[in-house]
Formats: sequence, C-alpha cells, structure tokens
Amino acid sequence: MEGVVKKFMFVNRKAPYGTIYALESLEVVLISAAFDQDVSLAFLDDGVYQLKKGQQTKGIETKNFSPTFRALDGYDIEKLYVEREALEARGLSEDDLVVDVTVLSRQEMGKLMDDMDVVLSF
Amino acid sequence: MLHIINKSPFEKNAFDACLAVAQDGAVVLLIEDAVYAATTGNPAASQLEQAQGRLKLYVLKPDLEARGMGDRLIPAVAATDYEGFVDLVADNKVCQSWL
Repeated sequence: MEGVVKKFMFVNRKAPYGTIYALESLEVVLISAAFDQDVSLAFLDDGVYQLKKGQQTKGIETKNFSPTFRALDGYDIEKLYVEREALEARGLSEDDLVVDVTVLSRQEMGKLMDDMDVVLSF
Repeated sequence: MLHIINKSPFEKNAFDACLAVAQDGAVVLLIEDAVYAATTGNPAASQLEQAQGRLKLYVLKPDLEARGMGDRLIPAVAATDYEGFVDLVADNKVCQSWL
C-alpha cells in the first residue's frame, strides 16, 4: 500500500470481560492491520490478564477472544510487549500467556511508548 | 449481610474499602474482575487469608474460569455458581455492592 507508515501503539491496561476495553482494543488492532501500519501492542497493569492462558468463557456466555492474540501474526502484527512488573505483581510468568511476547521493564516500556507516532489507550 | 465486589484490587480501592468496613460474620462475594483477588500470587489473596476467620468468602466460579484462573483459587475462598449467588442474596437481609 502507498502512503506514510506510522508507528502505532495500543496500550492495554484493563482486565478482560469486566469492561469492554480489552475487546474493543483488539477490534481496532485488527482494523489497523488492514492499513499496513507499524503496530505494537503493549500490556500494562491489569492488561496482562488479557493474555492469561486457559480462559473458559462458556459460564459467562461471552466470547473468549484470547485465541485471537495467537492469530495476530497472520496479520503481520508481531510486536507484543508485556510489562515485567505487572506480571510479577500478579503472580504470573511468561509461561502463563497464550502467545509469545517480549517482556519489558516499565522503563523500557516508557522509552518504547515515547518513540511512537500514535498511542491509542485502552 | 452480603458484600459484593466486582473490581480488580489493582484498579480500584473497592476491595480494601470493603474489607475495612465488613463486620465479623459478614459474607463477601467476589465477582467479575474482583475474582483476581482470590488467586495465588495476588497481594489481595493474603488479605483474604487473614480475613477468612471472620468473614465468609466466596468467588463466582464462572467469572474465575472466564479469566483463566479456575486452577489458581486460594483455599480461603469458596467457589459458588449463579444459583449460589442467588441463595446468598436471598439469605442476607441487606446487600452492599462496592461499585
């Protein structure tokens, strides 16, 4: 596609299902893939819970969208960053996540965010 | 009485506020994003362990399972289902939702 490629970051700070933020973020991420932009996803604070393995949503009659994170590389979205301190504070490790991610410290996350052209907050 | 919490202990102070106000013998039910409080490794879990002697603690199992936390529930908190939720509401004179 012709045109300017910008660096987009989607910042996810909410747990899934309790609010609509997590699902809405993912919807916009998928839309952005259609525009051939440089897309990064960042998971901070309760946002790391979105990537937790083993989500079984039948009981709450809601769509389990966690498998979609594994499909993102098919849309050339491969930059997923997770805040180390957020994982540790929640007793989680990389092995608990549904997809391969890059784990960054808060400082590294801040630098990366600083380097973006567009930041979208969820 | 019954206290219901639906917010993550990391995101809002509803969890701390509830535990500070709830009287001995009260029932506390964790639903939606509050279920994370009752999972291993969460700082709120140790507060629940301390409170288990004076409060009756429940978590809504479908919300726990939706979040991939079905196998991380701490023993201090009992899992219940939607029918159990209704029973808790019916069995208690008043109910406070910590929104």
